[in-house]
Amino acid sequence: MITAYVLRSLDRRVSIAIAILFGIALLVPVLNLVIPAASPFHLPTYLVSLFGKYLCYALLALSLDLVWGFCGILSLGHGAFFALGGYAMGMYLMRQIGPRGVYGDPILPDFMVFLNYQELPWFWHGFDMFWFAMLMVLLVPGALAFAFGWFAFRSRVNGVYLSIITQAMTYALLLAFFRNDMGFGGNNGLTDFKDILGFSVQADGTRAALFAASAIFLAIGLFIASAIVRSKSGKVLVGVRDAESRVRFLGYRVENYKLFTFVVSAMMAGVAGALYVPQVGIINPGEFAPANSIEVVIWTAVGGRATLIGPIIGAILVNGGKTIFTGLFPAFWLFALGGLFVAVTLFLPKGIVGTISDRFRKKSSDAGARNERSEEAEAGMDVNPSEEGAR
Amino acid sequence: MSISFLPRYFRTFLLFVTLILACAPSFSRAADDVGSLIDQFSKARNFNQTEEIVKALAATGDPAVIPVLKTLADGDLYYREDDGKVFMTADGESRRNLLLIDPLTGEELGEMSKRDLEKIKVNNNLRSAIDAALAGMTLMSPDPAVRLSAARSMMDAPSEDNLALIEEALAAEENGEIAAVLSQARAVSILNSDRPIEAKAEAIDDIAAIGGRDAISILLSARGSLDPELQDEVDAAQAKIEKRLAFWDAAQNVWYGLSLGSVLLLAAIGLAITFGVMGVINMAHGEMVMIGAYSTFMVQQVIRTSYPGLFDWSLAIALPVAFLVTAAVGLVIERGVIRFLYGRPLETLLATWGVSLILQQAVRSIFGPTNREVGNPSWMSGAFDLGGLVITWSRLWIVVFSLAVFLGLLMLMKRSAFGLQMRAVTQNRRMAASMGIRTPWVDAFTFALGSGVAGLAGVALSQIDNVSPNLGQSYIIDSFMVVVFGGVGNLWGTFVGAFSLGILNKFLEPYAGAVLGKILVLVFIILFIQKRPRGLFALKGRAVES
Repeated sequence: MITAYVLRSLDRRVSIAIAILFGIALLVPVLNLVIPAASPFHLPTYLVSLFGKYLCYALLALSLDLVWGFCGILSLGHGAFFALGGYAMGMYLMRQIGPRGVYGDPILPDFMVFLNYQELPWFWHGFDMFWFAMLMVLLVPGALAFAFGWFAFRSRVNGVYLSIITQAMTYALLLAFFRNDMGFGGNNGLTDFKDILGFSVQADGTRAALFAASAIFLAIGLFIASAIVRSKSGKVLVGVRDAESRVRFLGYRVENYKLFTFVVSAMMAGVAGALYVPQVGIINPGEFAPANSIEVVIWTAVGGRATLIGPIIGAILVNGGKTIFTGLFPAFWLFALGGLFVAVTLFLPKGIVGTISDRFRKKSSDAGARNERSEEAEAGMDVNPSEEGAR
Repeated sequence: MSISFLPRYFRTFLLFVTLILACAPSFSRAADDVGSLIDQFSKARNFNQTEEIVKALAATGDPAVIPVLKTLADGDLYYREDDGKVFMTADGESRRNLLLIDPLTGEELGEMSKRDLEKIKVNNNLRSAIDAALAGMTLMSPDPAVRLSAARSMMDAPSEDNLALIEEALAAEENGEIAAVLSQARAVSILNSDRPIEAKAEAIDDIAAIGGRDAISILLSARGSLDPELQDEVDAAQAKIEKRLAFWDAAQNVWYGLSLGSVLLLAAIGLAITFGVMGVINMAHGEMVMIGAYSTFMVQQVIRTSYPGLFDWSLAIALPVAFLVTAAVGLVIERGVIRFLYGRPLETLLATWGVSLILQQAVRSIFGPTNREVGNPSWMSGAFDLGGLVITWSRLWIVVFSLAVFLGLLMLMKRSAFGLQMRAVTQNRRMAASMGIRTPWVDAFTFALGSGVAGLAGVALSQIDNVSPNLGQSYIIDSFMVVVFGGVGNLWGTFVGAFSLGILNKFLEPYAGAVLGKILVLVFIILFIQKRPRGLFALKGRAVES
């Protein structure tokens, strides 16, 4: 029965993607650790960390695709969930430093000693335990998304308005985390991590393991997203996206569907943040910047909205481009990114994956309309009748 | 008679000599008095004795005393250990030596080792006594600025000794401002004197009239020594001052709020037009503001190099320039990008965000990443007092300007043919098109108008903000908040939204701090949108729902 459920939750593209992710989760650590450095097949550690970072971004983009692509909620605040997950992980890593900090306080992290804290603030308790921190990685973004969505969806805040208030949310959090009194390190954030679960975060082995964890969690995220989308409720979600009022008139509690998706998506973003922090070694309030969240949207749009694997490809391509561009012509990166925003919205509204699969579909429909019916639902996703009618 | 035979010139000479002989002793005696008084400093055993000498010196009324007292207050007055002679000093060539200066003649007397000199010590009490003494001596100065500062320092160091001096100066004073300060100083001094109760009661009223926290501290410090009958009056006066302070504090907050609100209004109103009419969220709006500010910078550069005399007019010239430049950029964006995206608001949002990145980077490449200096014309700089308020001219003009822009747009919307077409398109696009309105052109010019207004905002904001490529970024989120809060498609909504958010922000700041205040405002807006998803002044009807 479980096998049946799993099979029903996957289509061919997603299963291939998951297989590839598990493949690199095994292969990359081997190439990095086992193959000697002299061999041309050896993968340098900095590349492992770099691609580990991209995979975290990919998971973040995937989580956005779940709400934007399938539910029509353009969240401009997903960076906030990512950063909250990151902070939860950062707090665990800070507690692991113990007496090895600059000031050598066994309990208090350095910045607290510096700011004259006498004891640990209440919300820092428990973060010395890994399981608790991991629970918080899920619960904190989830709870924020639940509270935010509970109000917003119930009062039917939609479209652009919703986008703007999600942006206000991440902006408010940005301002809040910049404050020293918040007890999260203020401007400097949390950094100077030493080890995770007893392994040094600097060690090659840990980095490879973190990469593998990122790939595996991305695969799990992909599976969950796919399961949601391909389930019965997933069809309702797409209905909500395309014609919310009609779905409501059919008797569905639209806000519950939206809330569920939003919370799951926020948790995925939180996990992405938690995997990201040990790999880059720092988390600071800059992650809450509204510009970051908008950038996530462009990754998703480049790869292809509502395609699940599109955002993963988009995140890796755009960030790879960013790494290369900022290295070679730093002045032109913003031109390129801005141009990408404009070009994708104008010329590639379905993104890379969406456009390619359209082509593919056209070919196969020329050959025979065998798969037409089963694919129809997906094809219909890209058309928005209510929006077209407005013009 | 006997000298009449002498030649006339000789008689004059004799007279001269006699006069000199007669006067010389008195001259030297006066110098001796001051000189010996000054030398007394070396014998003073404590601060009180030193203060006695200061007062005695001040009582001589000799202007030569002034530099000595100043030197004493600065801690540069020393005496020679051998003979107790007092000198003013300055830094010597080497660090061990001091340059001695004669206190009476100001003559330099060569250097001496610090070891052989002893410093005349002063403390804060003594310093205020010195200030008061100096003030007493300068109260009669011919320079009004000197008199004013003297009168002010009299207020800071109230003492009965100065009372006579103040009253004398008050009687002679012709300058109204100085006379006011002097009469306040008189009131303060009376409180600390042993004048009759009636005079003190009057003084309390006078001090209450000064207002401010200083007046409260004057009253409280004098309270202990006052007659018991006057205690109630002190309390009443204090309550009165506090009430007035609270009023002016509130007024100041309202003013700051209006000022912030006018900035928000300027930044948001262009956005309100494009969003209201076209349903387009223009993320590049902040960059239009930025381009407006850079246009101002360019205009000022041209004026500085070619027509320096016109500098006071630079803003007036910059206004149309900025409007045209940003309107042109807006037109290009609309025709080039946005018109392909109508009906897809979220995609428009992304595309305009991309445009904003390009514009930012373009400005950064052309003008450099650092702040550019935009000057204030003379009529924009400085401040003036209004009651208990301090109002800067630049802020006042920006409030006026924002209101003018708002009224201008309101007239355009309500009274012109273009405004009529705009409103028609806002309310029902298809119906408007059926009536023969060329909706694409209305869209294009509306967008150009919205961008142009942002450019005007940029001219104003260049006066109070740093002109850098990031200028727009700092306004864009606030502008969205204002538009969303106020409600779309209604200029009055934006107006009310901008000013109420501005004032709310400034009233929260004293309690919560600037950052927390802003966070609270954001949270407030998020919650408000839940209650009224279409803002304060929502358009009603089916057209909105599409």
